[in-house]
Amino acid sequence: MTVVTDVSAPAAPTTRLRVPSRWAFLARRLGFYLTAAWAAITLNFLLPRLMPGDPSVAIVDQLQRVSGRQLPPETLVSIQTLFGDPDANLAEQYLAYLGQLARFDLGISISRFPTPVADLVASGLPWTLMLVGTTTVLAFVIGTGLGVLTGWKAGGRFDAIVTPASTFISSVPYFWVALIALWVFAFELRWLPSSGGYDPDLEGPAFWLSALRYGILPAATIVFSAFGGWLLGMRNMTVTTVREEYVLLAQAKGLSPSRVVLRYAARNAMLPSFTGFALALGGVIGGALLTEIVFSYPGIGYLLYDSLTKRDYPVMQGVFLLIALTVLLANLIADSVYVFVDPRVREQG
Amino acid sequence: MSAPARTETRTLTRSSPHEAVLEVRDLTVDYIGPDGAVTACKDVTLSLRRGEILGIAGESGSGKSTLITALTRLQRPPAATTSGSITFHPRDGRAGIDLVGLSPRELRRLRWSTMSIVLQSAMDALNPVMRLGDQFADVLRTHYRDLDRSGARDRTTELLAMVGISADRARSFPHEMSGGMRQRATIALALACEPELVVMDEPTTAVDVVMQRQILAQVLRLRRELGFAVVIVTHDLSLLLEVADRIAIMYAGRIVEVGTASALYRDPAHPYTRGLRDSFPPLHAPLRELRGIPGTPPDLRRPPSGCPFHPRCPVRVEACQSTLPALVPLPEQEAACLLLTSEENP
Ligand SMILES: Nc1ncnc2c1ncn2[C@@H]1O[C@H](COP(=O)(O)OP(=O)(O)O)[C@@H](O)[C@H]1O
Ligand SMILES: [Mg+2]
Repeated sequence: MTVVTDVSAPAAPTTRLRVPSRWAFLARRLGFYLTAAWAAITLNFLLPRLMPGDPSVAIVDQLQRVSGRQLPPETLVSIQTLFGDPDANLAEQYLAYLGQLARFDLGISISRFPTPVADLVASGLPWTLMLVGTTTVLAFVIGTGLGVLTGWKAGGRFDAIVTPASTFISSVPYFWVALIALWVFAFELRWLPSSGGYDPDLEGPAFWLSALRYGILPAATIVFSAFGGWLLGMRNMTVTTVREEYVLLAQAKGLSPSRVVLRYAARNAMLPSFTGFALALGGVIGGALLTEIVFSYPGIGYLLYDSLTKRDYPVMQGVFLLIALTVLLANLIADSVYVFVDPRVREQG
Repeated sequence: MSAPARTETRTLTRSSPHEAVLEVRDLTVDYIGPDGAVTACKDVTLSLRRGEILGIAGESGSGKSTLITALTRLQRPPAATTSGSITFHPRDGRAGIDLVGLSPRELRRLRWSTMSIVLQSAMDALNPVMRLGDQFADVLRTHYRDLDRSGARDRTTELLAMVGISADRARSFPHEMSGGMRQRATIALALACEPELVVMDEPTTAVDVVMQRQILAQVLRLRRELGFAVVIVTHDLSLLLEVADRIAIMYAGRIVEVGTASALYRDPAHPYTRGLRDSFPPLHAPLRELRGIPGTPPDLRRPPSGCPFHPRCPVRVEACQSTLPALVPLPEQEAACLLLTSEENP
């Protein structure tokens, strides 16, 4: 039912109670995650300052070595704000640090001097979000859909083929899947490019088409490796849910099979998956590491890998902070999503 | 208790409806397991007249739910109907339909508009993530194709009112209602498409005694107003004695006695029926001494030889160990006991 046009019926007292309690629940959660985010940022501030030696001096030395000249004073200040200034008072440094973060100033990359870290992150982020974001959603949709089908007719022929096959597929290490795919489709068959995210010589629509072509192989390997987990989880939940009395009653009502499966069985079986899905979205940025390394894909994961091999501390620091914050954001979404998909949670908490 | 004469009699094949709404013949249901089949329902024959309340009683494990899910065609593997027929006679006088032979699609069309069900636990029978009104609307709009949203809403209001639930409750989720209200809601739901038969499996075990009485009184009143027949299953015989027209007693998957409620109360012919009657406190009559039936129901994987009740029977004779008794017709009931055929009536 959509709108309540029925004016004669008094507003249900439960409705009046439920709305504030749902928002109170969310506000409490938000408070918790804001605190956690503050802790992550503060830790990021404290760690370099607690390290033995003086990271900021080392970074400045390195930057001067790669650039071959004195650093401009504002760069010096920025680095000292991020990594510690032995002469300044900690509280002042902390305030300056927060101010600098608020301006998205994450320092200067050592290995790609003089590009600011924020620019590197900003250029990698869309690629990662596109590739891993899309594939995470795809893997979830495919896996969950197949899980409902196998679970609904558990023991049937479809289940007997698809479920063992997915178990096998999800037990193959991702690294291996990626290398085999690379070898077969990029080197042997030469259907698809082996590395990179786009063709740098193209522009306009042709550029985007090349991005699509470059994305196919990494995307396919991620979906291939990830859908099995969703399938098995959803299948087992569906098998349990199908035995529920409300599913039996839905069948007794003579509803169409698709309605029974979707609105009664799958809708309830999916509740735990919603949380898992939100958490998986939080892992998108950190989880891209392996794919982006194998396919030299120009995203955040590759940036992190590159900074690790080149000991580029400012970049590492910036990426770690980004990963921590996205995981927290995903947890917040996972918690809140539950409030909206399961009416029973709204009352508690 | 014959159906009231109808003014607008349709003459398709027959002019007046069959006097029975449901006829079950020799129904056998097996649970097919890895080490053989367990027969949880054996050669059950029953007939239900229009508007009649038939009670089915028996200890837990005697096959009552198995019978109910078989005759509503809701059974799932490993249960399988291995023989027998379930004939439904529509009230418009068309020829009887054997439900066992129907395709899933044909069955879906008949469901809820001819036969609906109230499950044991109302807590679990309603979808926890759907508002109550939506669970009425979907079945209404499935069976009444031309009903629109507001029509479905009006009908839901009407149905909820029949069981004393206010219209604004349609916006509630099941967990926001009390156990008794949920159970009344499932009864209203069962009546949504004006069925000819409502099947209830232990409809009141999840609520307290006061609520039990209230719900049964409501069912009786609605039956009087709407004229549907009821099959009500319970392990509580005294409850059935109060509400049912006729009662069937099940033991180890078979019907051991069936007859009018008054006959089974006054003069039960089967020793198991006597045992059941004496093991529950009557609701109204003065309390008599309660005696349970010694022993436990048999393991259906290894049913006893002869009469399945003989190991627990206080009046068994030699022949009970080897001979399976058939139902014997008596003036007001039928019972399956060897003592009824031999002359030595206890
Ligand atoms: N899922 C099942 N698998 C195997 N056997 C079953 C199953 N369900 C019930 N049975 C058998 O059927 C018998 C009757 O069960 P049921 O119909 O639930 O009895 P009641 O409803 O009278 O308590 C049980 O004693 C058991 O042996
Ligand atoms: Mg039962």
